[in-house]
Amino acid sequence: MALLEINDLSVRFQTNDGEVRAVNDVNLTVDPGETLGVVGESGSGKSQLSFALMGLLARNGRASGSVRFDGQEILNAPPKLMNRIRAEKIAMIFQDPMTSLNPYMRVADQMAEVLTLHKGMTKREAVAEAVRMLDAVKIPDAQGRVRLYPHEFSGGMRQRVMIAMALLCKPRLLIADEPTTALDVTVQAQIMQLLADLQREFGMAMILITHDMGVVAGSCERVVVMYGGRIRERAPVGPLFSAPAHPYTQGLLAAIPRVDHQGDELAAIPGSPPNMTRPPAGCAFEPRCPYRRAECATREPALDGFDEGRARACFAPLQDVLAHRETVHLAEDEAAIASPDEQDEAIPAAAIAGAGVAGTPSTVDKP
Amino acid sequence: MFAFVMRRLAVAIPTLLLLIIFSFILMHLAPGGPFSQERELPAQVLANLNEKYGLNDPLWKQIWNYLTGIVLHFDFGPSFVYPDRTVNELIASGFPVTLTYGTLSFIVAILAGVSLGVIAAIWHNSWLDYLAVGISIGAQVLPNFVMAPILVLVFTLWYRLLPGGGWSFTDPTFWIMPVIALATSYMASIARITRSSMLEVLGSNHIRTARAKGMPEHRVIIRHALKPAMLPVISYLGPVFVSMITGSVVIDIYFSTGGIGKAFVDSALNRDYAVMMGVTILVGALTILFNLIVDILYAWIDPKIRY
Repeated sequence: MALLEINDLSVRFQTNDGEVRAVNDVNLTVDPGETLGVVGESGSGKSQLSFALMGLLARNGRASGSVRFDGQEILNAPPKLMNRIRAEKIAMIFQDPMTSLNPYMRVADQMAEVLTLHKGMTKREAVAEAVRMLDAVKIPDAQGRVRLYPHEFSGGMRQRVMIAMALLCKPRLLIADEPTTALDVTVQAQIMQLLADLQREFGMAMILITHDMGVVAGSCERVVVMYGGRIRERAPVGPLFSAPAHPYTQGLLAAIPRVDHQGDELAAIPGSPPNMTRPPAGCAFEPRCPYRRAECATREPALDGFDEGRARACFAPLQDVLAHRETVHLAEDEAAIASPDEQDEAIPAAAIAGAGVAGTPSTVDKP
Repeated sequence: MFAFVMRRLAVAIPTLLLLIIFSFILMHLAPGGPFSQERELPAQVLANLNEKYGLNDPLWKQIWNYLTGIVLHFDFGPSFVYPDRTVNELIASGFPVTLTYGTLSFIVAILAGVSLGVIAAIWHNSWLDYLAVGISIGAQVLPNFVMAPILVLVFTLWYRLLPGGGWSFTDPTFWIMPVIALATSYMASIARITRSSMLEVLGSNHIRTARAKGMPEHRVIIRHALKPAMLPVISYLGPVFVSMITGSVVIDIYFSTGGIGKAFVDSALNRDYAVMMGVTILVGALTILFNLIVDILYAWIDPKIRY
């Protein structure tokens, strides 16, 4: 049985600009012990997806659908149940370790409170356990450093503290929301290695949310690609890289800078992500898609399976997409340049992606 | 920390010295003097008075005499207008009163203001928020010189529950109306600062982490949000405490409480140089002290601040 089963999950935010449809009808499962990658650019809804299943949406957000953990429905569950789940079953680490730890509390206190509250440990036992966990994430001199405040750690060390704190109750699922984005490249590699080791050690499943295809290739077994709040493609990691079946996945892969192509311009997908307050009637990727056809603008393609463990949401024939992969240069595709009125949309769309959906959409504020 | 406090106290001495010199000069530059009255005093009387109080000396000498009096004898001089009383006596009789109702008002303003602000922030954009904001705006726009007579009207004249004025250290019924009248507008400001600061903290990443750890909401607020949310409130409280305990002239006048607020204003109107200086020094010293306390509290709350 799947550890986590998400059915028709949608997330809506009420903002001053109208309703933002951050996540739309997402279906996915996570098996015990596996690593699922969730990939997409800023504003694709990947972070809000994880906040929704943790019950951490901003106040103006509403989630609908179903999320079952171990067979138990947890979406919009009462706070008491949700707090038990969060502490003991599903843990989460965040993008920015600089601000995600409480700067006003000693690391010992922040870590120990989880255990005293949920495991009924005494303060002394809890701190001892925190030290063991800091050892496990390879923080040197954990015994001494547990007394420090977060600002006395470097960025990579802080992310290790975050990870240690998340693993205190031995969760069965770890959601890592861009865990290495704020870190420099060498530290990134160490943290990803650490996560992989700990995952094996604790036998937990992991949802790895990222926009870094390199991280995906290195760590995940299965991947879902999100765009405009929907899953566009689902595949095991090998086929995703060798034979991407959705135009957007192809665009993402083409945009990875390559060491052997020095001097070339960096490839990019033309256009901007859609404005999710006014999502397009058809496929959200249609304005930027080199394969687009008439029906793309009017209908939303369904996510259809086509191979073992693979599915995609696209109207363009699979053969065409696979065959053209090598010949199409997305960045030079004239057809992808949007019509004038759609270009006007581009600025608010980018603003929404940056300020709204990607982080937390601003609430309707009455000063 | 100890070195920091010592350093700050050392800096306080020249600060107070400058304060005294500037106030002294400004006071003497102002037209009129302690003995100017509607009916001119006979020239000889005036000359004798000026001679007695040393007002004929050059200004630097007057300042010097004043300073040596303070430093050597802690003597702030005789009142120019009430010849039988010294400044020390005037302050000693008025200050305990203001200190009492000022401290009480301060506590009431903090408790009520912080509660209102926290409630408003937790139930942001709900009817509770609107109610709390409504109360604080109402309290803010109602000045204490309007508040005081309304209180007297309601509680003394209509319901005959509370004494309409006067002061007693033993009977708390005398304290209630001065405290309410003084606390109201400060409570409103504290509520507004608390609300906006709490809202900001509740939206921050480390609060999301606390929730993700499975902390119940009340624990998130008390253990994780309250401390950082109090930082802007505390920096506001330092000067507020000083203005509260040095008294509000309005309170002293409406409730005849006999605090130093009234003494201060009267001394300014009467050009009672010694009393004016005495109260100015008191306010200055308290301001320096409470700014220091604010800084110490900051370091206690925020571990990133080290002195």
